[in-house]
Amino acid sequence: MFKASSSSQTLLRASALSARIPRPYRAKLVARSLATVADPPVRRYGGLKDQDRIFTNAYCRHDHGIKGAMSRGDWHRTKDILLKGDNWIIQSIKDSGLRGRGGAGFPSGLKWSFMNKPGWEKDPRPRYLVVNADEGEPGTCKDREILRGDPHKLIEGCLVAGRAMNATAAYIYIRGEFYQEASHVQQAINEAYKAGFLGKDACGSGYSFDVYVHRGAGAYICGEETALIESIEGKQGKPRLKPPFPADVGLFGCPTTVANVETVAVAPTICRRGSKWFASFGRERNQGTKLFCISGHVNNPCVVEEEMSIPLKDLVEKHCGGVIGGWDNLLGIVPGGSSVPILPINKCAEVLMDFDSLKDAQSGLGTGAVIVMNKSTDVVKAIARFSHFYKHESCGQCTPCREGTTWMMNMMDRMVEGRGHVREIDMLLELTKQVEGRTICALGDAAAWPIQGLMRHFRPEVERRIAEFRAANGAVGFGGLLKKDADDTLALPDNLGLRLPEAEAASPALEQPRA
Amino acid sequence: MLSRSALSRSILRTRLFSSSRPARSDALFVHRDTPYNNPKIAFEFTPENLKRAQEIISHYPPQYKKAAVIPLLDLGQRQNKGWTSISVMNYVANLLEMPPMRVYEVATFYTMFNREPIGEHFVQVCTTTPCMLRGSTEILDTVCGHLGGIKPGQTTKDGKFTVIEVECQGACSNAPMFVVGDDFYEDLTPQSTKKILDAFKKGEKPKPGPQSGRLTSENSAGLTALSSKPYGPGEFCLPEFQ
Amino acid sequence: MLRIVSSVSRPTSTGLLGKVAVTTHTPHNGRRSFSSTSSRGADITLTVDGKEVTVPQGSALIQACEAAGATIPRFCYHDRLAIAGNCRMCLVEVERSPKPVASCAMPAMPGSKVFTNTPLVHEAREGVMEFLLANHPLDCPICDQGGECDLQDQSMRYGSDRARFHEITGKRAVENKDLGPLVKTSMNRCIQCTRCVRFANEVAGVEELGTTGRGNDMQIGTYVAKTMDSELSGNVVDLCPVGALTSKPYAYHARPWELKNTESIDVMDAVGSNIRIDSRGVEVMRIQPKTNDDVNEEWISDKTRYAYDGLKFQRLTTPLIKRGDRFVSATWEDALAAIADGLAASGAKDDEIQGVVGHLTDAESIVALKDLINRLGSDNLALDQPGGNAAPVHGVEKADAILLIGTNPRHEAAVLNSRIRKSWLHTGLEVGLVGERADTTYGYDFIGEDAKALSNFIAGKGPFVEKFKNAKRPLIIVGSALAEHPDGKAMYNDLAKFVEKNKDKLVTPEWNGFSILQRVASRPAAYELGFPKFIYLLNADEVDPKSIPQDAFVVYQGHHGDLGAQLADVCLPGVAYTEKGVTWVNTEGRAQLGRAAVSSPGASREDWKIIRYVFSWPIYRWGPLPYDDILEVRDRLWDISPTLVRYDVTEPTSQEIAIAGLKTLATQTGGAKVAGTPLRNLSQTSTKLILYQERESVTMAQCTRAFVKGENYGFTAFA
Repeated sequence: MFKASSSSQTLLRASALSARIPRPYRAKLVARSLATVADPPVRRYGGLKDQDRIFTNAYCRHDHGIKGAMSRGDWHRTKDILLKGDNWIIQSIKDSGLRGRGGAGFPSGLKWSFMNKPGWEKDPRPRYLVVNADEGEPGTCKDREILRGDPHKLIEGCLVAGRAMNATAAYIYIRGEFYQEASHVQQAINEAYKAGFLGKDACGSGYSFDVYVHRGAGAYICGEETALIESIEGKQGKPRLKPPFPADVGLFGCPTTVANVETVAVAPTICRRGSKWFASFGRERNQGTKLFCISGHVNNPCVVEEEMSIPLKDLVEKHCGGVIGGWDNLLGIVPGGSSVPILPINKCAEVLMDFDSLKDAQSGLGTGAVIVMNKSTDVVKAIARFSHFYKHESCGQCTPCREGTTWMMNMMDRMVEGRGHVREIDMLLELTKQVEGRTICALGDAAAWPIQGLMRHFRPEVERRIAEFRAANGAVGFGGLLKKDADDTLALPDNLGLRLPEAEAASPALEQPRA
Repeated sequence: MLSRSALSRSILRTRLFSSSRPARSDALFVHRDTPYNNPKIAFEFTPENLKRAQEIISHYPPQYKKAAVIPLLDLGQRQNKGWTSISVMNYVANLLEMPPMRVYEVATFYTMFNREPIGEHFVQVCTTTPCMLRGSTEILDTVCGHLGGIKPGQTTKDGKFTVIEVECQGACSNAPMFVVGDDFYEDLTPQSTKKILDAFKKGEKPKPGPQSGRLTSENSAGLTALSSKPYGPGEFCLPEFQ
Repeated sequence: MLRIVSSVSRPTSTGLLGKVAVTTHTPHNGRRSFSSTSSRGADITLTVDGKEVTVPQGSALIQACEAAGATIPRFCYHDRLAIAGNCRMCLVEVERSPKPVASCAMPAMPGSKVFTNTPLVHEAREGVMEFLLANHPLDCPICDQGGECDLQDQSMRYGSDRARFHEITGKRAVENKDLGPLVKTSMNRCIQCTRCVRFANEVAGVEELGTTGRGNDMQIGTYVAKTMDSELSGNVVDLCPVGALTSKPYAYHARPWELKNTESIDVMDAVGSNIRIDSRGVEVMRIQPKTNDDVNEEWISDKTRYAYDGLKFQRLTTPLIKRGDRFVSATWEDALAAIADGLAASGAKDDEIQGVVGHLTDAESIVALKDLINRLGSDNLALDQPGGNAAPVHGVEKADAILLIGTNPRHEAAVLNSRIRKSWLHTGLEVGLVGERADTTYGYDFIGEDAKALSNFIAGKGPFVEKFKNAKRPLIIVGSALAEHPDGKAMYNDLAKFVEKNKDKLVTPEWNGFSILQRVASRPAAYELGFPKFIYLLNADEVDPKSIPQDAFVVYQGHHGDLGAQLADVCLPGVAYTEKGVTWVNTEGRAQLGRAAVSSPGASREDWKIIRYVFSWPIYRWGPLPYDDILEVRDRLWDISPTLVRYDVTEPTSQEIAIAGLKTLATQTGGAKVAGTPLRNLSQTSTKLILYQERESVTMAQCTRAFVKGENYGFTAFA
């Protein structure tokens, strides 16, 4: 037996250690042996230190007013940031790798630079920044903490982002239900105006900027950027067609950028602490920190700011006390709010909380709203409730969403009971495919994906229910009509599936005598 | 041979509680004149509200006064005891010089505009999946049972409470929760629910927020983040910004 | 796909392709003649299904595909309305795009490759069709739109033969709305394409229709119980692609494949809208619009559309002679003999013989009557109402400032009003009004109510003066009410002088800015008083009975037994506008040819033929009129004025003639005094009465009750 060298001992130990650490999804594919060259150790994400957290008052423990905010570092040398100019700010944001935190994950620096297209100076129209604080996605409650605890970060962020885009004013669209949050933000705005941080000659930099709060009135669809713009304009919140894009024709017909609260609120800190610092967190192309909101069957649901690319399991165990009943009691996790497909336990163990890793796992980061479901959950009912949500919140403009969300809701309700036929699962999947990608906005996709996720990972559960229902009540035709309730004397369509072979063979006792 | 009515009855029996839509009259998107809700009833803003309205209108470009329609309808709703009658809609249309139909469209599109009168305390229980996972069904049953056995969508006989089911209110880490008026009551249990409702019945206002004793959405078993004193201005910043 | 896009949603730009096909190119020497279109921007080329096609820049992809010959199914897209993009039926595949693209919303980009026939496209269309049919009721057998339904046609191509929607929760049910006695609603069938909403908001200008609610519960309606109070409301029936909005008077009467279509001209107002008369046998079943970009685009007013049911009632079918206080039907020979006797008995000579022309009289019969009266030695030819001059209303859409005097075009010429509104919506048109304040569906500067206001304006005081002065193509539209007003003469005088002073702007070789809006279908010269002894009323029903002397012999020629017939001694039955192929001249001076759709009832004959034969009785020395067939009549028309037979074009008045006319007007009206009474739009209690005035039509009576008087019209819906 040879004596292992110290380096190979390290390697052995490292490999032994790493066997216990859940590997990132990609790394599983790489088989490692003793003879390979020592790579630098796999970086572990998570474990963000308080000094690296941006939202230091997320739990509203300290004063959210201007005094408290300034004592925590807000409004510190904002004038200098503004004086650096729009190109510098945008370059900072680009270098930091910040991606939109509202769900789409579009690179923010690139998005903000669309406002400064060559020739923008000649355009006489006013330019707007619109902050999307319409936090409607089920599972998401992170913007609320920013609005309540750190409103000054948001206001300062509006100013900095506005400067980057050469905007004349900002509108913060807060959902109507957030009354307390809206009052905190309005208070912050009033304080900022009083202190000279906003208005004509903001912070003494010569740049004029106004910020207004606009409260919504209860419509999830207004979280979509063009629907948000329509809502601020005083119309129904129906999304517009794109093109033209908001950067060309937006609010009141003027160039507009719509950004999420978190994206805007981290901008001044990035400028102050440096884009390299922000980019040091998270994996390549998924950089920075993020507020995650964990809800559902965990021992201590909470909102926490963590590094991007933190493994999902770590997030749940470290910050939320683990799944109720232990990790093995986990059924599935929805990692990004109701719009992304659910992940089963084997995927949850491997996946990292960032855009790319979740995309590879056929889900998405979305808003970072982690909904944890343990084995006590009726997962079909949970997804069916999402379908209800989408049906309630559809704006009704385009055909696939308006009709499709209702149809899918009805079908999911039947799947909860099992009152259907196994072929309807495939039909439901086809319907989701017919809605996905064919709508004006992404609500259609958002309605389709949870169902696709459910069928991809939990199809046996759905089929089991169908079989149970059939065993108890007899064959069921398409649409939920029970075979025993089917009245032969009335004209029924042929294609109800009532006389399919498996339907008859399964329950001979309940079969009606042929006329 | 089952008759059609028996068929429909069997459907109702097998339909789950959460999947049947309560047939609220304000689900109707057509206005019918009633003695309490018709255009002849006068409505106008009180002088303070008119001042507030002018301030709100000043937030928007002067040629886009109609952008203020949502905040003004909300203001009118607050003045009108929590519901938006047709007179409120017509008044706002007049104030903003826009065709009434555009105001009707907005008032029927957004769920927070109640087009029928509501009780003094408007209890909105969230039943979306994150809350459902934490027991919102039980909370809803508790609320309805404790208020005299009403169903979601109904108002109690004394007109003090209206209970409805709503979609996600954005407080998912503090599930289950309900909203009374403008205030969120989170981290509910059946006992705390009853306590809150009793307090309202007595005419008091219980403290809003998480009812479990924690602050906002921190970890209730002890902070795992932000446990240290926040850093101050200039700390950790780039040299040029220190 | 970030692109800078020009304003795609303006209807003017989307209508450009239609214009391309029609116009002739003009020589590029700087001067464009009046009838050409405005110049357009650069053209772009793209590839559709492998075929290269060139379209004007700013057109939508759907127009490019249509230009290439590919049919794109659609429900919500309409080239005269703003783009909605919500039916999702027009999805096509564009290279390098992961999702199918709504072709109506996407502007055509140069060099893009579009595919309209791929499996992805077909799947997309079939999916959308399935969703539309999921909640659509199975009403085809009882739905009026059957046979001309877009949903039926497109589901034949893109639908499945059997439904997959069997949900036990059932299909959506929506309440029917009450929009008035003209539009029948069956909102279960509505597919929420919002064409009616866009039409009401943009073209008709009544912001009463909208979408209430959200999601699957979205309903189209007026939210409160309100009728659709627009004079163009019938057009939503054409626009609705399914049977949600149908024609109430026409409900359950006929199926489209039974109908014979005849293209003709409408006579209910002076716009001369092009219509298509749908008839079954001898009955006119309905009137549909025909597209004519220059006159009425694709719209017709409600009166045009619905007054046809009056054609069935109170018709004169045989010649009638008055004996005592009753009419007795007679043969043509007897009637003509009676006229001859009457003329001799009355002893009328020269100017005591009068011919009076009323509404709804075509050019051929007017010229025949004129010739007849002239042959009888008289020059006394009049209108049945005091009339003014007949300067035509041209180029409403090219004007950039319009001054309306004593007129409410909304009620007098509804389709023309919609053109003014279109111009007002999409260009910087400014409008000023002198006269009665009314809702014209567009904003205007109210100058005043009476002649004083007009003289203030002419003197340069008051609102709108600056805008009118700075306009490059100002237009004055004078209502026919002015001529009936006591101050009319004075106002005409002022106007004539004003126009002459500003003739470099108002009357140029390219632009005639002074026009008079006619109200009725044909009108010649001015009214002259006299004491006639023999009166020939040609369709004249507005004649004041007091102005007819007791002992005068009156002949009435017309198609309805109305007021004029009561006054007559002999009634000769003519035919209505749907039964003759004659020339109509509209308020623009455009001559258009109508066509006969059905045969004439009873013993009635065409008007010009009757006049031709009235005095061909052998005992008279004058002999017959020199025309035996319609072409010879038209030759005679050409003699009088060649424009009367140059169909479908407008010819501008030349500058010299216009100025001469103005001078005459000024001298004729010189010395009039101003009484200062306010202008009322026509001497009626309400201008809306004009909107629905058609005495024999039951539908129009219902409209008057519903819209003018605001009563519950009591029209029982059949469904």
